Amino acid sequence: MAAVTRGSFTALRRLLTQQYRRRCFRPHGFRSERPLLLLSNNRCLQTLQCRTLHTTMVSRGPVVQFKLSDIGEGIMEVTVKEWYVKEGDRVSQFDSICEVQSDKASVTITSRYDGVIKKLYYDVDATALVGKPLVDIETESNSEVIQEEDVVETPAMAREEHTHQEIKGHKTQATPAVRRLAMENNIKLSEVVGTGKDGRILKEDILNFLAKQTGAILPPTPVHEIHTPGPAQVSAAARLASTSVAIKAPPTTTARAIFTGKDITEPLTGFHKAMVKTMTAALKIPHFGYCDEVDLSRLVTLREELKPAAGHRGVKLSYMPFFIKAVSLGLLHYPILNASMDEGCQNITYKASHNIGVAMDTSQGLLVPNLKNVQLLSVFDIALELNRLQVLGSKGQLGTSDLTGGTFTLSNIGSVSPLQTHLFM
Amino acid sequence: MSYIRGAWPLLGGRSGVCRCLHRNQLSSSSSSVVLQSRCTDVFQNLALEDWIDANVDLQQRSVLLLWRNHPAVVIGRHQNPWTECDLTAVRRMGIPLARRRSGGGTVFHDLGNLNLTFFTSKKAYDRKRNLKVITDALRSTAPGLDVHATDRLDILLNGRYKISGTASRLSRKSSYHHCTLLHSADRSALSTVLRPSCPGIVSNATPSVPSPVANLLDHAPMLQWEELVDVLVRQYNTEFGFSAVSAFVDPADESAFPGISRAAAELRSWDWTFGKTPKFSVQTVLDLTDKESAVRSSAHLNMEVKHGFVNSCKLFVPDDWLPPHLSAALANALVGERFCRRRASVCVAAVVCDSGDLRGRLRRLSDAVLSVMS
Repeated sequence: MAAVTRGSFTALRRLLTQQYRRRCFRPHGFRSERPLLLLSNNRCLQTLQCRTLHTTMVSRGPVVQFKLSDIGEGIMEVTVKEWYVKEGDRVSQFDSICEVQSDKASVTITSRYDGVIKKLYYDVDATALVGKPLVDIETESNSEVIQEEDVVETPAMAREEHTHQEIKGHKTQATPAVRRLAMENNIKLSEVVGTGKDGRILKEDILNFLAKQTGAILPPTPVHEIHTPGPAQVSAAARLASTSVAIKAPPTTTARAIFTGKDITEPLTGFHKAMVKTMTAALKIPHFGYCDEVDLSRLVTLREELKPAAGHRGVKLSYMPFFIKAVSLGLLHYPILNASMDEGCQNITYKASHNIGVAMDTSQGLLVPNLKNVQLLSVFDIALELNRLQVLGSKGQLGTSDLTGGTFTLSNIGSVSPLQTHLFM
Repeated sequence: MSYIRGAWPLLGGRSGVCRCLHRNQLSSSSSSVVLQSRCTDVFQNLALEDWIDANVDLQQRSVLLLWRNHPAVVIGRHQNPWTECDLTAVRRMGIPLARRRSGGGTVFHDLGNLNLTFFTSKKAYDRKRNLKVITDALRSTAPGLDVHATDRLDILLNGRYKISGTASRLSRKSSYHHCTLLHSADRSALSTVLRPSCPGIVSNATPSVPSPVANLLDHAPMLQWEELVDVLVRQYNTEFGFSAVSAFVDPADESAFPGISRAAAELRSWDWTFGKTPKFSVQTVLDLTDKESAVRSSAHLNMEVKHGFVNSCKLFVPDDWLPPHLSAALANALVGERFCRRRASVCVAAVVCDSGDLRGRLRRLSDAVLSVMS
C-alpha cells in the first residue's frame, strides 16, 4: 500500500519520515525490522498485523506519572496556560495534553502514552516545574510504558498519516474501526471534520469526506500564470484509481483552461417553493432595487497605475473588469445569485460557472454577450476578453456562444448619475 | 529566485533532476530551504507557518520563511485582545486582528515590517543564534549600525529602540521561532491601535511590554527592502553552513499546501481569536449622571468572561435609582452571550423595551454597560 500513494502528498511524505523513505526503496519491506513490542502502542497497526478484532475494553494497567520534559534553553519552569484534557478523559499517544508558556514560547505538551487521565497536577496559570509530574495517566495493561521518547516515535510516525493524525494543538479522536476505514481509503484523519462529541471523528464523517472527494473536481489553474504545475489534485478517489504519478507538462499554448465544475441541481422545497408560487407570471424574475454609494478612490488609483502596463499589452483597462471580477468573487459567497429555476419552478440550479453578461449597445441593438468562467480569470484576462467582445460587438459579429449561457448580468449606465439609477442585476 | 507553485521541487519533488538533488541533500546531515511568501494576508501566512510546522520533516532540514502582511494586529497565543488593542478603532480602520499560535506579546504588522520564521527540529532550537543571523546581516550591510539582541530576545537599535520582537512555538518534535523586523512601518498607526479597548479588565493573560520603536530605514537609508532580504538569506546560509535556495510560495494555493484553507479559516474564526482568551473579569464603575439634571449617579459592574462569553454579570445599582429587578434583568440578559457590543445590544434591547416608565434610566444603564464592551 505504501508504494501506491499518489497526488501532492508523495513529495511531502518523502520528507515526513526517514523510515518511510527507506520503505519506498524496499517495495516488499512492509514489515518493520524493529520488534513488534515497540509498535504495540499503535492499536491499528496491531490489528493490521495480527488480523484480530480489536475491542475497546482493555484491562487497567499501571498509573504512570507523566513528567514535564525538558523544553530546552535551560528553562526550568513554565506557566500552564490551557488544559486540553480533564480527569477521566481518554488520551492516545501524541494527543495534546496542555499548552504551557515560557518566555514568549508557547509549548504544546503531548502525551507519551495511551490511557486515561487520572490527575492534573496544576491549575491554569500555575507554574509547572520541568522534571516534575504534570499528569497521572492510567495506561492500558497491554501497552509498553515508553521511557525513551525518540526510540518509539520513528516507526509509529510512518503510520501516522494512516492511523492517528495529530495537528499540533488538536487531538483527533476516533475509534479503531474508524481509523481502519480511514486507512483503507488513504484518508488523513486530520483532514476530516469530526462531528462527534469533542470533535470525535465518526464513521459518517469518513463516508461524507469520501463522497465529497469523489464528487468534487477541482478546476485546473488558469494558464496565464507562469509556474511549474503541481501534481494532480488530492482526492481519495484519484489516489486509488491512478497507477502512476504524472506531473502535468507545463502548458505551452494559450488555450483556454477546460473547466470541469459541476452544476448542482436540487428540488425546490418549503420556503423557496412557497415564495415562487406567489410570483405573478409577468414578473418571472424577482426585482430588487438597492442604491448605494461606494468610495472607489483606491480603485481609481490602482487603475491609473495599471493602465500603462495594460496598454503595453494591448488592453484597454476600464473599471468594468474590476467590477466584473468583484461580482464573481461575490457570487462565491452567495451562489444563490448565480442560480436559475426551471419552467415549473420545481428545481433550482446553482450554476458552477460564473458567466457574467455585460450589456452592450451594438450595431445589432442592445445585446448582452457574456464572459465565460470569470471565476477562473484574472482582472487582466477579463479586460482582454471584454475588449474582444466589444470589438466584435461594434462590428456586429458577436457569435451564439458569446450571447448564450450567461448566468449573471452587469449593466453599466455610465453616463447617467449613479444616484438616480438602479443597477439591474 | 524562482516562483514555484508550492515548494515541491525544493522539498523533494518527483521530477528527475529534483530527485537527484533530493537524494544528495538527504545525504548531508543538515540542509535548508528559504521560502518567501507571495501573500500579504496575515491569516494565510500564519496558516502557512502551521502547515510547515505540521507537515515538513524538520529533523532532516530547516526552513526559513520570510513574509509580510497588510496592516494587521497580531496578538500572542495567551493574550487578551480587549486589553491589547482598541477593537473599535481596529474595526473602523478595517485592520484584521489575528491570534497566532506562538506566545509573547502583541505586534502591529504592515508592509514595512519583515517577518522571519526559523523552523527547526526541537533539538536545533536556538533563538539567540537566529537573532545573531539578523544582527550580523545588518552590520555587514550597514557597518557601524548599533544593533544587538537583548536577553528578552528583542533587537535594539542604538541601545534603546526596538526593531525586532520574538515569539516561538514548540511542538512534539519541531519548533519555530519567528520575529519581526521593522524596516519602514507606519508608526503612527501602531500607537493608535495598540491601546486597551475597555477599562477595568483584570486578567492573567500575558501582558505586552510596550517599547519605543524605530524603523531601520530611518537609520540606514540606503538599505532597501530587497537588499535587506538578500543579506538576511546570505547570512542565514553563512551562519548555519547551508546553501539554501530561495523561492516564492503562494500560501493560498490549496493544492500545494493541502489543508491550508481550513487552517486559515480556523485562524479567522471568532472561536480562535476571541474564544481562546484566558478567563478574565471586568470590574469598573459606570457613570450614570443625568445630562439634563446633572444629578450624579453611578453603578458598579462586575463581569466574568470565559472563552469570550459572559459567564456571569452583576450590576450594583442604587435601589432608589432603579429597582433591583430591572438591573438584575439587564445583567441576566448578558449572561451566555459573547462579550461583544453588537451582540449584547440585541439582548439588552429586549429588556429595555419592556421596562415602561423607567425605560430612560434603564437605557442609560444599558448604554453604560455596552460602552464597556467592544
